[in-house]
Amino acid sequence: MRIPDIAPGGRVLALGHYQPPNIVTNDDLTKTMDTSDEWIQSRVGIQQRRVAGKEESVEDMATIAGGKALAASGLSPDEVDLVIVATCTLESQIPNASAVVAHRLGINSPGAFDVNAACAGFCYALATASAAVRAGSARNVLVIGAEKLSQWVDWTDRSTAVIFADGAGAAVVGPSDTPGIGPVVWGSAGDKSEAISIEDRTSFLYQEGQTVFRWATTALHPVALEACSRAGVDPSELAAFVPHQANLRIIEAIARKLGADKAVVARDIVTAGNTSAASIPLALSRMLERGEVRSGGLALVLGFGAGLTYAGQVIEIP
Amino acid sequence: MAATEQDILESVSKIINEITGIPASEVTPEKSFVDDLDIDSLSMVEIAVAAQDEFGVEIPDDQLKNLKTVKDVLNFIQN
Repeated sequence: MRIPDIAPGGRVLALGHYQPPNIVTNDDLTKTMDTSDEWIQSRVGIQQRRVAGKEESVEDMATIAGGKALAASGLSPDEVDLVIVATCTLESQIPNASAVVAHRLGINSPGAFDVNAACAGFCYALATASAAVRAGSARNVLVIGAEKLSQWVDWTDRSTAVIFADGAGAAVVGPSDTPGIGPVVWGSAGDKSEAISIEDRTSFLYQEGQTVFRWATTALHPVALEACSRAGVDPSELAAFVPHQANLRIIEAIARKLGADKAVVARDIVTAGNTSAASIPLALSRMLERGEVRSGGLALVLGFGAGLTYAGQVIEIP
Repeated sequence: MAATEQDILESVSKIINEITGIPASEVTPEKSFVDDLDIDSLSMVEIAVAAQDEFGVEIPDDQLKNLKTVKDVLNFIQN
């Protein structure tokens, strides 16, 4: 038996994103539930979010975001050997999204699987992609986070409906002579599994807001610091901190404790809402597009959510 | 020497000021968090976490919702 030589590093080669065109403002929400723009902005920091149309599926959004990332990478579809979609809001049990999306993008018979680590899913998929590239299991990997939370939310429940949204973000991961994706720090807290759930296909998303808030504001900055430490990067060297866009107050609390003074902190939630596994690549791709971060800088990405699960790593911005 | 109620009030006022910006002098025992100080449930969690760091007393979420006034928090910490 023999195995391929380990590649020195994996790297994010390109990003892409997609948001449904339909914008729902806080004022729009006041028409269907007892809430206000002030209440929503002070609790979660969101001003508006995107909601997919009835006919627009997770796979549709994933395909567009994935196609953009693939085009930006300059690779042809037949150079991609693995497609991973991180999602927790698929309408179907089977088939998975990744095989469908790969086919639609003209990627011929790649390995294809979905990851469900809820809002942490993208970072899990990214770590897996990097490992696959380094180990020689795939030449290049297309990683996509895509969610349609809107179809799992009770639109009369102000504790959840104001938060969640739809969208997709994608990254192409390929081999590199120097490391472009740092070691992942990941873990879970299954003792708090009941804090966020969608129990079955007829259920709405349920969240114990205070429990999640307490966990997120106390348990995650050590994970962020460890991800930096394992990559040999001091937080002061970070050009960007892109945590899962859960709640602006959680984002700011973790950022404060991280002490990454020079880092641009992603606040994409303000206009994009919480898009679960899509939020990190969506935020980073939009920040890059707007020129808020520069190619070559180091970004700390940190996903966390239902499970509870978490994962984070330092990456070089493509 | 055990901290007096006045000492605890001062520390709690300082915590509340740091988290919400409310002047410490406005934090008096009879004040209601929601009605008088306009503090929301997420800030209450932050206050509970900070109080735990300061006093070593854990205030779980199911207890936290019963703490309506500053006095309730002082009592919880003392007991």
